[in-house]
Amino acid sequence: MSQANAMPVRSSGLDGMLIGLICILGAFWSLMAAARGVDPQMVAHGWLMLCGFVIGLILVVNAFSANGRVEESGLYHDNVIKAGVIATMFWAVVGLLVGVVIALQLTWPGVFYFEQLGFLNFGRLRPLHTSAVVFAFGGNALIATSFYVVQRTCRARLAGGLWPWFVFWGYQFFIVIAATGYVMGVTQALEYAEPEWYADIWLTLVWVAYLMVFLGTLWKRKEPHIYVANWFYLAFIVTIAVLHIVNNLAIPIDPFASYSYSVFAGVQNALTQWWYGHNAVGFFLTAGFLGIMYYFIPKRVGRPIFSYRLSIVHFWSLIFIYIWAGPHHLHFTALPEWTQTLGMTFSIMLWMPSWGGMINGVMTLSGAWDKLRTDPVVRMMVLALAFYGMSTFEGPLMSIRYVNALSHYTEWTVGHVHSGALGWVGMISFAALYCLVPWLWKKKGMWSQALIEWHFWLATFGIVFYVAALWPAGINQGMMWSAYNDLGFLEYTFIEVQEAMNPYYIIRVAGGLLFLSGAVLMAFNMYKTITGDVSETKDEVTPQPRAIPAE
Amino acid sequence: MSDTPQKPSLHQKFFEKNSLILTLGIVVTISVGGLIEIAPLFYLNSTIEEVDGVRPYSPLELMGRQIYLREGCYNCHSQMIRPLRDEVERYGHYSLAAESMYDRPFQWGSKRTGPDLARVGGRYSDEWHRDHLIHPQSVVPESIMPPYAFLADATLDYSMVSAHLRVNQFLGVPYSDEAIENASADLEAQVDEFSSGYDDLLARYPGTQIRNFDGNAEVITEMDALIAYLQWLGTGVDFSTYDPDAAENQR
Repeated sequence: MSQANAMPVRSSGLDGMLIGLICILGAFWSLMAAARGVDPQMVAHGWLMLCGFVIGLILVVNAFSANGRVEESGLYHDNVIKAGVIATMFWAVVGLLVGVVIALQLTWPGVFYFEQLGFLNFGRLRPLHTSAVVFAFGGNALIATSFYVVQRTCRARLAGGLWPWFVFWGYQFFIVIAATGYVMGVTQALEYAEPEWYADIWLTLVWVAYLMVFLGTLWKRKEPHIYVANWFYLAFIVTIAVLHIVNNLAIPIDPFASYSYSVFAGVQNALTQWWYGHNAVGFFLTAGFLGIMYYFIPKRVGRPIFSYRLSIVHFWSLIFIYIWAGPHHLHFTALPEWTQTLGMTFSIMLWMPSWGGMINGVMTLSGAWDKLRTDPVVRMMVLALAFYGMSTFEGPLMSIRYVNALSHYTEWTVGHVHSGALGWVGMISFAALYCLVPWLWKKKGMWSQALIEWHFWLATFGIVFYVAALWPAGINQGMMWSAYNDLGFLEYTFIEVQEAMNPYYIIRVAGGLLFLSGAVLMAFNMYKTITGDVSETKDEVTPQPRAIPAE
Repeated sequence: MSDTPQKPSLHQKFFEKNSLILTLGIVVTISVGGLIEIAPLFYLNSTIEEVDGVRPYSPLELMGRQIYLREGCYNCHSQMIRPLRDEVERYGHYSLAAESMYDRPFQWGSKRTGPDLARVGGRYSDEWHRDHLIHPQSVVPESIMPPYAFLADATLDYSMVSAHLRVNQFLGVPYSDEAIENASADLEAQVDEFSSGYDDLLARYPGTQIRNFDGNAEVITEMDALIAYLQWLGTGVDFSTYDPDAAENQR
């Protein structure tokens, strides 16, 4: 990436050539897969990927005019971030919508399942929901904000010429391959690691490019120090690369087959999977979004980070401790007990660095608490931190072996995940987008502050409905499963416990609908802001004169 | 920043100044936990105790398992019975590590929207499974499981079954070369009690249940494969003779 040093607006063309080469090789392999695929899914994916690579090639060629490629003017490369913001919003609506659909399926199976449309069954749509919200919505939010933050805090243009665009489109391409695969039944059947081997290889390539663009921008920085948000982004990018590569090690049964066998089996597979799965939470959904917090909260409220020292301590302890916590997903299983105990111990220790981050974020508002009343975006940020604090307290609690004996396999887990995902990840991402849209499109503020208010309350009530339904549902479920009658027999059959869940499921659907409708309002508000005239807005945001200096 | 020290700290001098040192610091920090927890599992003999009766999947069961994975059954069904009183009474003997030693990927699951399936084998008849998969509410009216009627109409594609076995063999699953060569024949033999491959199949896969699983002798369907897999689940180990306190199980 070093060719993009200094500030040339013309690129050497090496970036375009390399990306073009990737597209040509990819197109060649896809054509082979389309022609020689051993299963219909592989053939379908072959054609789909061929289209993608050909479009990619056309875009690369198109990017070069007769005398070399001219980049957008200005200090920063912002067009790719604009694309990222729109993609984030799009995938948020898609992911939440699929979530509502599968919640409806569990509530009224007679209405929402269709006998001859097996590809719409819960088992295929649930990975679509989790991947769409975690990787498509969350991932795009992280890529877009990290590109924004790293440029501002380094006072340097994104490195790599066309490579940021490769990262953006390559990532969307990965999402499309993964999502279409789920519906067709292409899956590794590992939670949150469902995409098959060829999608995994592609993501690895995209991720390495992402890391290089990020590091390349850090190398070009005009600021002496690397700002704290970037530590978190870097930890997120590096660790996800390690987790992704190790957990997805698999051998396909044929170079053109859509299924593969994991190199890990049984117990070892269980541990690598939950080492991956829990750290997808730790590094994707936590470290990455803490990066967002460390930039957008101080910017929005106009106050410096509460404590620099706390940020150092909680950064290193968070990433050190998180990685141990995976085995708490495997209490009382055939995993060796010492591993379970280690996982539990570190999960409880994790409470402290997590709250370190929350405190650092909340206390940044010192002296600006009045903004809670006037600015719904700040309110969203604080709510996000509140949910971050709650779910990082709940997590250690659930990791205690005897709490887990009750909570494991129940709806409580689902409630816990959603308090983190909707409350923390969702709210902090929405807040960041509300900041970014006016900044990027050079508007005075969002089109309607009233709609932001509506979004805030719809989302808040949505989360409350959701978790207030699933926490008691899970505890109820766990207690009913282990209930005995006076004669010493199990009190309830499995299906009786299942029936008892239905009222909670109805409330969950209501919560999901509220949260989704908030996101739809946001998409509309965003559309009006980008296309319309917002000189008269009430939602005035401070423009971005220059970066806050790194500590 | 009020609490910034006067003299630059080590953190300011190294980690915040050099992105490669920062990256390296991150890599080292995140490696410790993973190495200490995961690496020993590949070396300690006690991780998986070998248990009589656990064998690699027969070709038909393996293809049935692929259907199980494809349909995402793990999203609602666990295959891991914990040693808790109610679970053992509800589902059967707690799961042993050895019972999933050939599972790539493992399917322990994380959520029981439906019941655990680790020992579902032999618990219901083939007819029950067929009716249940076609229309779950026909046998369990309150069930919220989706219908899988299309499996009964879908011809099983087992053209690649030898390749499935070969990759497993390469990864260390004890399939013999002979088993790989005869994978298709073994698969066909498992749905036909009167085939000439009956004895060979049983010799290679002891305890295999041989019969037509979906009640349709014309064609081998995905329903055949899935039911064959479900009926095998958890039946390998004979718990009437398994003694958890025996010396060989106490390593």
